[in-house]
Amino acid sequence: MEVKVVREILEANEVIAKQNKELFSQKGVYVLNLMGAPGTGKTTLLEKTIEMVKDRWPLAVIEGDIATSRDAERVARYGVQVVQINTGGACHLDGNMVREGLKALNLDGIRLLLVENVGNLVCPAEFNIGEDDKVMVLSVTEGDDKPLKYPLMFQVSSLLILNKVDLLPYVDFDLEKFRDFTRKVNPRLEVIEVSCKTGQGLQRWIEWLQGRLEGRR
Amino acid sequence: MHEVAIAQGLLEIVKEQAALYRAQKVTKVKVKVGALTGVLPEALRFAFEALSRGEVTEGAVLEVEVMPVKVRCESCGVMEGVPFLLCPNCGGLVEMLSGRELQIESMEIEDGGQSS
Repeated sequence: MEVKVVREILEANEVIAKQNKELFSQKGVYVLNLMGAPGTGKTTLLEKTIEMVKDRWPLAVIEGDIATSRDAERVARYGVQVVQINTGGACHLDGNMVREGLKALNLDGIRLLLVENVGNLVCPAEFNIGEDDKVMVLSVTEGDDKPLKYPLMFQVSSLLILNKVDLLPYVDFDLEKFRDFTRKVNPRLEVIEVSCKTGQGLQRWIEWLQGRLEGRR
Repeated sequence: MHEVAIAQGLLEIVKEQAALYRAQKVTKVKVKVGALTGVLPEALRFAFEALSRGEVTEGAVLEVEVMPVKVRCESCGVMEGVPFLLCPNCGGLVEMLSGRELQIESMEIEDGGQSS
């Protein structure tokens, strides 16, 4: 006998993500899901961000990695609450992993929760965790064709941080082409060009963040 | 690589439905997967098969229909295989019709008596 079952396969994750979102909203926490390939500079951006805003907004960090607590150790040096989630092989964070991670954090008084997803340009795009915004980090060493190769990641993100722009003179990254591809794949996606090395563009990123946090109030 | 997580979600739904229909065995499951999701049908089938050991779905065939990316432009009509939100012809905004699916469609069960 054939049984019709038209349902979303990831519906269980959506339910948990929604519950997380309700909790964040109750606590008045703005949550950012930071995604991007391994080595693109997510943790470095996180460190720079923490340095720049930790006195302004009480913040906490969730670090997602397949293995090791290296990133959490890097972040802990800044004296902020951080929890490391090891996915044990899974290539993305999901709503349930974040919910588990939250048990180790005290969100009272926290305004900003930065979640660093597992380095991957495909899988994290499918799994909501209850975030307010998805922010994608891409570095110029990865190539200007990435919007065409990984369109979904560009389409689910609110903001793209183009990192390592200080390396533009040394790599074959065509900025005009990249802007054109990005606009076609997602015309609503904001792009901020930064270099975590030189500090270029970081102020604009913090202003963007401020706009989102104030919108959240 | 997210196929395992997707297969897990799928298995939960199938098990729940099988219990609802008091099925002894699930012989086939049909799903729709959008091309934009990056899901590999073979990897999904492999994960589903592995997770099905000792479950009601053991031995079930997983049929994966890959849905192409389709967009509709007000002026230029429907286009297939275009993962853009801007029309490649006129540059206008388009509406995405398909390509993001991750859906179960149906399943075939044996020894099922309709639940009340």
